[in-house]
Amino acid sequence: MPDPVVQIENVSKAFGATRALDQIAFSVSAGELFGLVGPDGAGKSTLFRILVSLLEADRGVVRVLGLDPVGDLWALRRQVGYMPGRFALYGDLTVRENLEFFAAVFGTSVEAEYTSIAPIYQQIERFADRRAGALSGGMKQKLALCCALVHRPAMLFLDEPTTGVDAVSRREFWDLLGTLRDSGLTTIVSTPYMDEAMRCDRVALMQTGRILAIDDPTRLGARFPRPLFGVHTRDRRRVLDLLRTLPLVTSVFPFGDIVHVSTARVTAHGDDLSDAALAEHLRDGLVAAGLGDAEVRPIDAGIEDLFMELMGTESTGAAS
Amino acid sequence: MSPRFEAWSTLLAFMRKELRHLVRDRQTFVILLCLPLAQLLLFGYAVRTDVNEIRIAIAASAADPAATSLRAQFANSDRFILLPSIPNAAAAERLFRSQQTDVVVVLGPRTDSRTVGVTPPSLLIITDASDPNTSTTMANYAQAVVRDWQALRSDVSGRVAIDVRARMRYNPTLRSVNLFVPGLIALILTLVTSLMTALSLSREKERGTMELLLVSPLRPWQIIVGKVIPYLGLALVNVVSVLLAARFVFLVPFAGSYWLLMGASVLFALVSLALGVLIAALTSSQLAATLAALGGTLLPSTMLSGLIFPIASMPEPLQWVTTIVPARWFVEIIRGVMLQGTGVDVVWRDLLILSVMLVVLLVAAIRRTSVRLA
Repeated sequence: MPDPVVQIENVSKAFGATRALDQIAFSVSAGELFGLVGPDGAGKSTLFRILVSLLEADRGVVRVLGLDPVGDLWALRRQVGYMPGRFALYGDLTVRENLEFFAAVFGTSVEAEYTSIAPIYQQIERFADRRAGALSGGMKQKLALCCALVHRPAMLFLDEPTTGVDAVSRREFWDLLGTLRDSGLTTIVSTPYMDEAMRCDRVALMQTGRILAIDDPTRLGARFPRPLFGVHTRDRRRVLDLLRTLPLVTSVFPFGDIVHVSTARVTAHGDDLSDAALAEHLRDGLVAAGLGDAEVRPIDAGIEDLFMELMGTESTGAAS
Repeated sequence: MSPRFEAWSTLLAFMRKELRHLVRDRQTFVILLCLPLAQLLLFGYAVRTDVNEIRIAIAASAADPAATSLRAQFANSDRFILLPSIPNAAAAERLFRSQQTDVVVVLGPRTDSRTVGVTPPSLLIITDASDPNTSTTMANYAQAVVRDWQALRSDVSGRVAIDVRARMRYNPTLRSVNLFVPGLIALILTLVTSLMTALSLSREKERGTMELLLVSPLRPWQIIVGKVIPYLGLALVNVVSVLLAARFVFLVPFAGSYWLLMGASVLFALVSLALGVLIAALTSSQLAATLAALGGTLLPSTMLSGLIFPIASMPEPLQWVTTIVPARWFVEIIRGVMLQGTGVDVVWRDLLILSVMLVVLLVAAIRRTSVRLA
């Protein structure tokens, strides 16, 4: 494995009494598309700002491209591309003027870098003379990505680039990130959307300043500790309350059309039940309560199931 | 590209961006260009402290020949509108109450030439002091006319008159517009520079672009200089337009060196700009920056610079406070240069004080401009 491009150990940061980051540690290797996944307030933006030298960590070691964001900040700032959490370009300047400005700030020009930004810039080039403020959400984000790439950074930091963007534009944006990954650019990207996490090489699940788990997103689901079942019924209003009253049930979460239910495997009498037996147990409970149409089948846990599970243990752990 | 060349081309790009912001915000841009001229017209035509068309009545017994010559004297002055004579001081009371007159001159019984030198002449000037400033001015004008009248009478009677006169130098006609133009230039420079730089820097913070500027290789001095230069240019355009209007519309005399005036204006503008940068560094929103700029620069520039209220008549502690108001020194320079034709040999002290202020503010501004997010 090559030397990590980003390495952080035990990084903590507090704002007054609020702990924004609590002993964060991970590393990212060259060419990786690394995702930070978590809800608002998880500390993702603070972590980005520490990595790109905008904030100093209270404690811990941070190395980005082998540089210390505090001591080597000017060397580091030449080499990173950064897209802040909210749209931060000049709305009164045109697309082209924004791009030219950020190129000039890094001592280069749009012409000189055209080939490297072309795959993305070509998607917005027909709006070159439009004011950035008049672009649609998806176009704005593509422009911001262009501006972050125009000086050919060695590494890219994207803080929630798809928040507030329509579904089609989100997919297009992630296709662009895939293209960049294929070209070998190391990228750290944050998102609150679990479906986007699946497109990363590895993800770190974050919650209230802590990392809950780090892994390949396809493997994260396998970490789910208990059997999981999908329950489908027409009466979705009643089924949630009903499931919570059944013996062995440990968690119930609605997921669109179906309800995910996890259960304990061992009964009060010490019997170790199979998945099929547990599914039977759930279905019997629902039929007995009058939900005769209920379908129950074992399913594989996804990243969101694990996230809910880990969040639950975090909060109970904090409460005790 | 050499690092030094890159630093300058980066700065140029930054200034180009600032100019674009300035021009694209069309409303603000038009206001910034026109406001100084509008202010000059207001000060020049409307806000005047010199008084004209003073209504005056003379109270004297009808037979008094002195009254006739005094009437003639006032009638010759174009500041006064002579009302019909009234018999005595009691009638004056009625005129004041019904607001028909501004000044009444009461001639005592023995002001006739035959008795001059025997008994001191008695002459009373009554004004309506409900507006004290105007009343003082009117009394002064009336006194001046009376003095001229006395001198004339003394000459006729062959007596040597010892007369004390005040002479209003440099602004002999006491036109207030002459005083206001220099002060106005100070105000405009403060407004365009402090307020606009503070606003434009805090706007970068508010819309989040400051985060991108910070992450870039731009150094704080590049951000500050890039912000400041376009506004300096705009301020100088304003100074020139006000000077031209003052010279050709209001015929304000210009006694001194244009170069000295422009040099002093650039210095003062730089002081105000540094103040604006400092304000932006210390505040976190556009609103806070605006209020701080208004309270911290515009208000003292108006009130404590000698522009409206003479510094000499302020209480002593307040006079000390005025010494830290940059506009005070600038108003001193600019009045001297414009009206008196003062040269560097006299105003060097004011220039030095402004230069020291500039250095102190610049150091503070650059120090307070963080290389990270606060």
